[in-house]
Amino acid sequence: MTALSRIRNFSIIAHIDHGKSTLADRLLERTGAISERDMREQVLDDMDLERERGITIKANAVRIDYAADSGVSYQLNLIDTPGHVDFSYEVSRSLEACEGAVLVVDASQGVEAQTLANAYLAIEEGLEIIPVVNKIDLPAADPDRAAEELAGVLGGTADEVIRVSAKTGSGINELLEAIVDRLPPPGGDERAPLRALVFDSFYDTYRGVVSSVRIVDGSMSRRDGVHFMATSLDVEAAELGIRRPALEVVDRLATGEVGYLITGVKEIDLIRVGDTVTHTATPTDQALPGYLEPKPMVFSGLFPTDGDEFERLREALDKLRLNDSSLVFQAETSRALGFGFRVGFLGLLHMEIVRERLEREYDLDLVATAPSVAYVANLASGEQVAVRSPQDLPDVGSLVSIEEPYVKVMIITPSEYIGTVMDLVQQRRGEMGEMTYLSPERAELHYRIPLAEIVFDFFDQLKTRTRGYASLDYEPDSYQVSDLVRVNILLNGIPVDAFSTIVHRDKAYPYGKAMVGRLRELIPRQLFDVPIQAAIGTRIISRETIKAQRKDVTAKCYGGDITRKRKLLERQKEGKRRMKMVGQVEVPQEAFVAALKLET
Amino acid sequence: MSGTEYGLRTTDYSAKRSNDGLRTTDYRAQRPDSAALAETAASWRSAYVHIPFCARRCPYCDFAVVAADEPGGAEIERYVDALVAEVGMEPDPFPVDAVNLGGGTPTRIPPSHLSRILDEIGTCLGIADDAEISVEANPEDWTDDRARELRSIGFNRVSFGVQSLDPVVLLALGRAHSPDEATRAIIASKSAGFEAISVDLIYGTPEESDASWRRTVDGVLALEPNHLSAYALTVEGGTALSRSIMAGAPAPDPDQQADRFEYVNAAAGDAGLIRYEVSNWARAGHACRYNLSTWMMGEYAAFGTGAHDHRFGVRSRNIRRLDAYLARIEEGERARSGREQLDDFESERERFMVGLRLAAGVEPGSIGRPFLASEEGSRLTDAEVVGLRDGRVVVLRPLLTDLVARAVLSVSPDDC
Repeated sequence: MTALSRIRNFSIIAHIDHGKSTLADRLLERTGAISERDMREQVLDDMDLERERGITIKANAVRIDYAADSGVSYQLNLIDTPGHVDFSYEVSRSLEACEGAVLVVDASQGVEAQTLANAYLAIEEGLEIIPVVNKIDLPAADPDRAAEELAGVLGGTADEVIRVSAKTGSGINELLEAIVDRLPPPGGDERAPLRALVFDSFYDTYRGVVSSVRIVDGSMSRRDGVHFMATSLDVEAAELGIRRPALEVVDRLATGEVGYLITGVKEIDLIRVGDTVTHTATPTDQALPGYLEPKPMVFSGLFPTDGDEFERLREALDKLRLNDSSLVFQAETSRALGFGFRVGFLGLLHMEIVRERLEREYDLDLVATAPSVAYVANLASGEQVAVRSPQDLPDVGSLVSIEEPYVKVMIITPSEYIGTVMDLVQQRRGEMGEMTYLSPERAELHYRIPLAEIVFDFFDQLKTRTRGYASLDYEPDSYQVSDLVRVNILLNGIPVDAFSTIVHRDKAYPYGKAMVGRLRELIPRQLFDVPIQAAIGTRIISRETIKAQRKDVTAKCYGGDITRKRKLLERQKEGKRRMKMVGQVEVPQEAFVAALKLET
Repeated sequence: MSGTEYGLRTTDYSAKRSNDGLRTTDYRAQRPDSAALAETAASWRSAYVHIPFCARRCPYCDFAVVAADEPGGAEIERYVDALVAEVGMEPDPFPVDAVNLGGGTPTRIPPSHLSRILDEIGTCLGIADDAEISVEANPEDWTDDRARELRSIGFNRVSFGVQSLDPVVLLALGRAHSPDEATRAIIASKSAGFEAISVDLIYGTPEESDASWRRTVDGVLALEPNHLSAYALTVEGGTALSRSIMAGAPAPDPDQQADRFEYVNAAAGDAGLIRYEVSNWARAGHACRYNLSTWMMGEYAAFGTGAHDHRFGVRSRNIRRLDAYLARIEEGERARSGREQLDDFESERERFMVGLRLAAGVEPGSIGRPFLASEEGSRLTDAEVVGLRDGRVVVLRPLLTDLVARAVLSVSPDDC
């Protein structure tokens, strides 16, 4: 057992591409956790290594033995964190397992909004921060400027910033020394009842739920009866272990240590990230502060293209939810799309990731409806109704007002683009807050903006307008009454729920016109004229007509053409796009998706 | 060779026929769109001969064609020798009710050669004495002398590639004749004694206007042909037309083509021509026997480059390239490049899908009712695109025939 004073638990916080994985590899290599010969690029991200013993362990925590310059040996636990703000809940759980964080910034890129958001999160959690400027070997590197920015943000001096090149290995020793010198050892009471934080959890087909735990107080041994406090689950600790990065089974995890726990539990809902594990026999009465019901911010309907896949979609969502407790969903029926789920996400990236995983890992073909946010409808009766889907919006007659969620947005941009960023935010009903200069070349802008205004294409627009240089972070703010209306889209006189949207009244007309025009292009001609209308209540605000198809026949078909013609018809039949019947109208699947890419 | 001689021979061979009850009088009396005529046509048998030579390739054409300003006499002779040899190789000869010489441009080669071909078919297969013996012709090749000569060697039907009476459209279509030549050719064939004269038109060329199409249709109908084929210009892959459209030239517009169809259909009807297939109109007794038979899954033998035949439920096709075709025939072999034999369900489906092109509709057989009852079938029935009329399945909006045919492809053997 390692004395608490010889343990350091830390995370690396970095923007995507700023070199987190390479830096982690270098730390493992320098401390001999893996030999140079075995060194493979980006070990922590390598799925092959994670398949040992049938356990697919996500990159989460690796134990490193480090002999410091002082001659003292330390146990370092490197705990991985998701990089994106959508996962701030996951990040905060991971950070809670640490006492310190290494904040990495690319010497050529400088501070990014997401990095900053996670750094602030780490500071709020009371973590000690070691600022690092990486990639100092790059020709475009400006380590001095990046160090100044970092020091400015963290309130320190540029001297405290460690300059490394994960690629060449320069500065790695200095960083390791800083980790043992500057980061505090874990606290915790070795004699107190067991309290362990579940900071990650995922499902393995063979082993069931595998959880990453940090022992806060007491210790956990193999075969101990353990109790999960949030779900009141009592089970046996069937296997305990650590990664070095190879898996290593251990008999015991002591105070301050980090490892994994397998209980044989298969039910995916029973072991939640953020939960506290204690002993069944001698439980603590104090759960760790940690477990929060996740709050979804963005909602979208997910429907299987093939109606028979509904059950498979449910199973896939159930499985994803195991390592993603923030994912919420409930069954939903759409007149246009059939049976599916209304799924709540933490943010847009989260939505994209979930959709992609469902399609790739579970081989599902999905139609996703327009993302919407959670509105609150105030009724004449004094009641408040949550509106997670445009169809949930009560009749205009019973409505007093609609509130929409606002977010606080932080944008970091090169100074030259401040004007165009302000334009964009104003178009999206943003309210300007503070603006501070990180350096003469870069500014940090703060806004309040309706979440609905950024769910479509705000991030893309921001990147386009700033040539990719601006970065964005946002966090939920309060609800506020807005002049909102529901725009319905009618196809051949029938409202199509999948296309209806709640928008600000000022934007209803351009939205309706654009959507109707877009659908006219996307929906093929039918056997009869099909009117497409946009309406607010009973008032039609825009209309187009898809003219009836008149000609679909090959002019000539003689003796020599019969085989060729039959094959042509067969090919055309094969190539025909998948259609959903909406009333009497055939709508291609991609119309649902493409219509939603509409820029408002 | 004289017409009398030819007539004698056909009489001989028709005597070889065994059990067919089809007589001239039967079909002459029928409207071209009658179910009775269509069902009779199913038992007709025919022969097709492909003459691949053309003065040049038209920009829209993807047929097996050899373009040569003046084909050398030796080359033509060699090809005709090969055709004659191929007819002689027919393993299961049957007497035919229709002979069709198509191309290419059959009138590009001397009538004496065409006569040799007819002779050989008469000798080896047999030609019924009331047979339709038809030749495709370009107006610019059609002189009074040529008309008389072709009539005298036995042809009784001519089909002219008129395409348009608008010089601008003719130019765009790459046709060599003038509108006047087209008119003169039709008159010449009447005076030469052709009983059946057909005119081919193409509509929807981007250079054509509504007015020019009306002039073409009215002008042609004034010449009182007893058969008319009007085709929407179709862009086939690999043609010069397709390349120029890909390079940015205007493409035919399907709505405009639908307008043009409606005009020609109405005008032809007023002139006494009845539509009996998607693109074909005729007076009573003048439906094209060869074509009607192929649409009704009748059997046909076929000779020449790229020709397709249909015998005993098997479709075979010949090599398209002239040199390869000649080489094989000269080695004493058939010049086949492929064959296709459909199973019972597939051939029933093919019969049904092709039959949908006929104004008379098609016998439901085993597939018609499951189709009409299917999801797509009932949608098409509700929209009055297809319907059951006098026990036959009829496409009521002929310009949507392919849409209906594709819906038929959804019917599986299990449904039947």
